[in-house]
Amino acid sequence: MAAKIRQPGWYRALAFSILGVLVCLGLSTGLRAAFALDPVYDGESVLQISLLMVPLFFLGGIGCFDYWLRWASGRTVVDDHKDHGAKSWRDYFKVNTDHKVIGIQYICVSFFFMFVGGLMAMLVRAELAAPGRQFVDPNTYNGIFSIHATLLIFLFVIPVFAGIANYVLPLMIGAPDMAFPRLNALSFWMLPVAGAMMLLSFLAPGGSFAAGWTAYAPLSVDAPIGQSFFTIAVQFAGASSIATALNFLVTIITMRAPGMTFFRMPLLVWANFSTSLLVVIATPFIAASQFMVILDRALGFNFFNPAGGGDVLMYQHVFWFYSHPAVYIMMLPGFGIISEVLATRARKPVFGYRMMAFSLLAIVLLGFTVWAHHMFVSGMSDWIRIPMMITTAIIAIPTGIKIFSWVATLWRGVLKMDTPMLWATGFIAMFTLGGISGVMLAMVPLDIHVSDTYFIVAHIHYVLFGGSLFTIFAGIYFWFPKMTGRMFNERLGKIHFWLTFVFFNLTFAPMHLIGVQGMPRRVSDYADQFATWNLIISISSFILGISSLIFLYNVIVSWRSGPKAGANPWNSLTIEWQVSSPPPIFNFDSIPSVVGGPYEYGVPGAVHAVFDEAKAEPVAVAAGASAGAGAEEAD
Amino acid sequence: MTDQSHRGAVTAKNWIALLAIIVVASAIGIAFMLTLNWFPAQASDAAPKIDTFWDVLIVVSVPIFVAVTAMMLFSIWRWRQRPGEEDLDGPPIHGSTKLEVIWTIIPTIIIAALTTYAAILLVDIQSAPAKGTRVVNVNGVQFAWGFETQTPSGPVKTSKLYLPLNEPVKFNVRSKDVIHDFWVPAFRLKVDAVPGITTTYNLTPTKLGTFDVVCAELCGLGHAYMRQTVTVLTAERYAAVMAGLAHASGAAMPAAGAATDAVGKQMFVAGNPATGATACGACHAMKAAGTTAATGPNLDEMLKADDAAGIMEMIVDPNKEIVEGYSKGIMPANYSASMTKTQLAALVKYIDQSVHGKG
Repeated sequence: MAAKIRQPGWYRALAFSILGVLVCLGLSTGLRAAFALDPVYDGESVLQISLLMVPLFFLGGIGCFDYWLRWASGRTVVDDHKDHGAKSWRDYFKVNTDHKVIGIQYICVSFFFMFVGGLMAMLVRAELAAPGRQFVDPNTYNGIFSIHATLLIFLFVIPVFAGIANYVLPLMIGAPDMAFPRLNALSFWMLPVAGAMMLLSFLAPGGSFAAGWTAYAPLSVDAPIGQSFFTIAVQFAGASSIATALNFLVTIITMRAPGMTFFRMPLLVWANFSTSLLVVIATPFIAASQFMVILDRALGFNFFNPAGGGDVLMYQHVFWFYSHPAVYIMMLPGFGIISEVLATRARKPVFGYRMMAFSLLAIVLLGFTVWAHHMFVSGMSDWIRIPMMITTAIIAIPTGIKIFSWVATLWRGVLKMDTPMLWATGFIAMFTLGGISGVMLAMVPLDIHVSDTYFIVAHIHYVLFGGSLFTIFAGIYFWFPKMTGRMFNERLGKIHFWLTFVFFNLTFAPMHLIGVQGMPRRVSDYADQFATWNLIISISSFILGISSLIFLYNVIVSWRSGPKAGANPWNSLTIEWQVSSPPPIFNFDSIPSVVGGPYEYGVPGAVHAVFDEAKAEPVAVAAGASAGAGAEEAD
Repeated sequence: MTDQSHRGAVTAKNWIALLAIIVVASAIGIAFMLTLNWFPAQASDAAPKIDTFWDVLIVVSVPIFVAVTAMMLFSIWRWRQRPGEEDLDGPPIHGSTKLEVIWTIIPTIIIAALTTYAAILLVDIQSAPAKGTRVVNVNGVQFAWGFETQTPSGPVKTSKLYLPLNEPVKFNVRSKDVIHDFWVPAFRLKVDAVPGITTTYNLTPTKLGTFDVVCAELCGLGHAYMRQTVTVLTAERYAAVMAGLAHASGAAMPAAGAATDAVGKQMFVAGNPATGATACGACHAMKAAGTTAATGPNLDEMLKADDAAGIMEMIVDPNKEIVEGYSKGIMPANYSASMTKTQLAALVKYIDQSVHGKG
């Protein structure tokens, strides 16, 4: 036992966490005693400090800082790669530096939170199935929809893209790993911390945070302690995001294989390059907004208290300066996935590759100029509205370029309409709808009527569910063979798509209508006139929820016992498919050289990359099987 | 080798058919979308203009969606992989500058047209009010709206909004606690009530009737229940109602003790906006006061068996006992602070008398 506590891992994490609580208890009571505050022991104060500090103790205990601390304290550090690669399923529960292991850790944890967040959505819909009170009180209801949105944004869509890219991106550019593998591990481990904190808020005195995922001040400042769980969890999720984005940027800029010029990079790499720029620039703003809230809450700073000289609208400006770019953070990686899937399954080069890359950068730039379109009715200065409307509408142009180019990629291709392709084409249709309602919302006179209504709820679900989630499913099905070495069940994949597609539309399309008719969002009760539609929506949403269980069953069973996939089941040109499935522990037994574009389908004899050694067929070695050999080569 | 004829060039006939499908499907889509009953009643001058703008947006949007989907479905139908084509690749088309320029310019023109229309419309519907426009103060508190209208006999405070037909009105919207949002769907009006600042909105009611007033910004536990009404009246009816309200609520505050009943009733129907005391009638139905709100329990039924002391306790400590089917924390618990002792006593007396028919 003592030996186990000395080793990095769950025992030590538990011991450190308990130690952390004790330290916070001492800090709180010590300071309160020093300032002669009464009472000396204040549970909320201890809880508040613990929320900030215990996660750091946990991360230390699980082993995120061991290497750095050894190095900093002058002790010998051995680069023996003992934490690299997974030899058994147990290694996925440890701090690991292999980007492939971290990618799968990211994806599994994110999907866990997707199912929890989806369950919350079911509860919301159950409450809304009929007018009046069904089974949760308003406080619980506000908590459920707040946690639903928060989990799905911060613990699912953003990190699952980071997970997919973590696995695929280094392989795509011919790199043996990410640039900073230990930072990569730390980024991952901050996520379960943030997610657990959000869920634990249900146990907080006064209930969970209930001010929505937007957490507008002063509602969030006056709320019970549960709100602090949101405020601080977002800091950890945000820190994770920023560290990963830095890692991607450095990896993409410095670790591309010889010959991989920027304009030979697959569009998924371009997409994550653009996303990482957004994350690095924008995420500090949400951190700032939440730091100001916590300072207001805990220490009475009056940032958002007008009576103390504070400014209520400032919260929204700072918050949306992150949270609007955040919708592109939740969409651009999906654009990358769609380009990969379409080119490979349509057997054609991506139409207008350079414009596809430039339009990503245009979206990054424009994404920073539109935040106040969330505030058209907020009471901000009137004149800001028209310029923000124009910049918002302009984003439709690069986005339109992407949609038209994808359709043109399909044109005259040889379209294999299998599961990844169904999700990709379904995405194009649904995202076009979400984009159109987005342009409508940009129009100030209409937005005055429909902002804060179910029309908004419909719009964001068309772009985040019909948009982002469809691309995530496309990506997961597409790279499942690479990650697991096995094929998924095609028939179940198709059933999953069609059930989701039909009931997604039945759930969210009517919300446009009831929103325009006058139903506000974030309400546990509504006028009787909306009863029929709400019942239809609730029933559809339950079937939509159940359809995700097909996916769960499919991936679990296929991962265990699906047919072997082979290195390149899709006959793709990009580099990740030129190595075994799953790839060797250090990715490449020989460094690839890039000799052409990534999508030269239909060009006779075209290749994207060649491997130094004459063997065109990569040696099929499962991850971990040649740990020793791999370690030597990488050094 | 299988038959490859379907991989030939797209003929003029194909194009005409595809175009016809897009035109017909767009027409059907537009017709369907326009026949849907999207909006609530049109009760302000801005409403028909915004609704027309919506129709324009529908007419522009539907063909874009139809065109994208039709091209995609046509590609899937025409060029899907057939048996024997497993190793076949498509032609290596990398792009077309001409096409890319076209699908950059056309959306740019559409966007320019729509934003111009929207900007002109915005300026139009929110143009500055004429001098001497009627001013209504709208005060949001958790979880009710209070309205304060200037009348010749002084300010009248109500929990229901009354407006005269076809007369411009300017709303000054404020909040005492957190952000609320003053929304009248039938007016197509929406503006946040922000602590610390006054937001404004101008419009002219154009339709007689009673319409919903909704809080559209999450403001806490009772957010869903922050629903009241606005009634638009003819000028004569409006004048009469306001005069009656001014009299009943004693715009000139009744002398203490002299007319306890009037104070009690005023507290019940209008609360005490000066201190943020929410009107009971905003959430509770009580026959004698003529209130019908259903957010909280019906007082005539709930208080049947309670005496004055019990009623007092329920007002100052509402969370002590909760009627089944309702929730803790929705009724404000600040009445002992937001009303004076005299006001509270008058209110309790008024409720006691009303419920038990002693009035």
